[in-house]
Amino acid sequence: MLQIKQLLKRYPTGDLALQRVDMAIPKGQVVALIGPSGAGKSTLIRCVNRLVEPTSGQVILNDRELTKLNSNALRVARRRMGMIFQEYALVERLTVMENVLAGQLGYVGFWRSFLRKFPQSSIDEAFRLLDRVGLEEMIDKRADELSGGQRQRVGIARALIQDPELLLVDEPTASLDPKTSRQIMRLICELCEERNLAAIINIHDVALAQMFVQRVIGLRLGEIVYDGPPTGLQPDVLTEIYGEEDWQATIEKVDEEDEEEAAAAAVAVAVVVEEGVGS
Amino acid sequence: MAVTTNNYGTKVWARRTSAKQNAIWLGWFSGTALFVYCWQQINVATTWAFVWDAPRIAGDLVSRAVPPRWSYINELWLPIWDTLNIATLGTLLALFMAVPVAFLAANNTTPSKLLIRPIALLIIVSSRSINSLIWALLLVAIIGPGMFAGTIAIALRSIGFVAKLLYEAIEEIDENQVEAITATGASRLQVLVYGIVPQIMPAFAGITVFRWDINIRESTVLGLVGAGGIGLQMQANLNVLAWNQVSTILFVILIAVIISEWVSAKVRGAII
Repeated sequence: MLQIKQLLKRYPTGDLALQRVDMAIPKGQVVALIGPSGAGKSTLIRCVNRLVEPTSGQVILNDRELTKLNSNALRVARRRMGMIFQEYALVERLTVMENVLAGQLGYVGFWRSFLRKFPQSSIDEAFRLLDRVGLEEMIDKRADELSGGQRQRVGIARALIQDPELLLVDEPTASLDPKTSRQIMRLICELCEERNLAAIINIHDVALAQMFVQRVIGLRLGEIVYDGPPTGLQPDVLTEIYGEEDWQATIEKVDEEDEEEAAAAAVAVAVVVEEGVGS
Repeated sequence: MAVTTNNYGTKVWARRTSAKQNAIWLGWFSGTALFVYCWQQINVATTWAFVWDAPRIAGDLVSRAVPPRWSYINELWLPIWDTLNIATLGTLLALFMAVPVAFLAANNTTPSKLLIRPIALLIIVSSRSINSLIWALLLVAIIGPGMFAGTIAIALRSIGFVAKLLYEAIEEIDENQVEAITATGASRLQVLVYGIVPQIMPAFAGITVFRWDINIRESTVLGLVGAGGIGLQMQANLNVLAWNQVSTILFVILIAVIISEWVSAKVRGAII
């Protein structure tokens, strides 16, 4: 569905951020993009919706070559690509509802959006999505009143109301605590599954990526050095991506945490059973 | 910062090198010398008889001005109302012109950095470099005396002030929010309305009431050159040395300024 061919980005400073990257993502696949800071992860996903103009190469979404579109056609193409940001990038002084409806801007005219007269169908969808991400109580709150996890949920709703075919997700959990990080990652992956959405998720936390995605791409200095299942991230692969470090701990942690969760779940079940017996 | 090695081989750190330290000392010395010299020149050029006489003259003036002639106050309500109108209409007029100029001047919203931005900056600088009293003087000559000239003078002077502060606010916005709105497929105007405008609203409100506040004070003197408002009465009374009526006018101006300060504080508090 999404094809990236020979994508190259050179910034005006001369830095080569992407060196002829090739990848193809089928419909419904969630891909984690890992790599050290400065590896070109953010540049890569921004080259897809052309928030950053690629220097050369092609990005093809459903047989449409995004890299060739003029600015009007690009706007139309952007409507079908949802984006979720590291620092949430909500418009702080607008309400939750306005932020979610901002995802519809590509579909409504200027005056309607200026006067906040969105079509009822958009408003219905906004209510439905806010309910789905668990924010039905927060609709009239201003975005800057929310906690980090809540803001990211608004960000997710804003991306999904675009009715996207592809999600571009830039470090969704980098500003969140570990528990909220997992909840957000789980939510994103569940929603992708529900809607059969493809997604590219930039992520720093290797363990978290391994927990949720089907495919991992490792980027180093603008080149793909790993492309495969999360189980393939062995110490030698991580060394190839990030450089020399003791990786055993990172990988083990994932297993332990899974076990802990399983144990916690078992305890919860036992409690419920006991209570049932007691009554 | 200077790191040197002394005779014992220890590294010594000082804030500045000694050459730099000496240069700074010389700078202070010549500054002080210049000050003393200027003081002497002023001393020679002053007619000290007038200065020694100053307390007596001031005392005389105060005794003529106090008590103010309160009955005169009823003739002042209309002029002070005119003054408030000049300030308010002038500020509104300035806003209409300053907002587009600010968007054209801000680095991140200007359509062209090479052509349009310099023009916008030129508008800002030329508006700011001329005092509203001078604008009024010119406008009274061009469109005749009265409130209209005063309003335009206030507006012209305010464009630069408002546009400058506003374009600085625009340049300081969080680009992430703009990026996020752009990524939804919004048009340029929609990005402006959703991504940029909400971010600059507090600054815009603050700048507006601040300028309105300044304009009330500035419009009280416009009458001196015939551009309407309470300054007209002021000039008439100064000319006939009616000091007790001048003090009444000053009192009315004081009240107006206090009210404007109070209103702008309230508005700023409500919006931010």
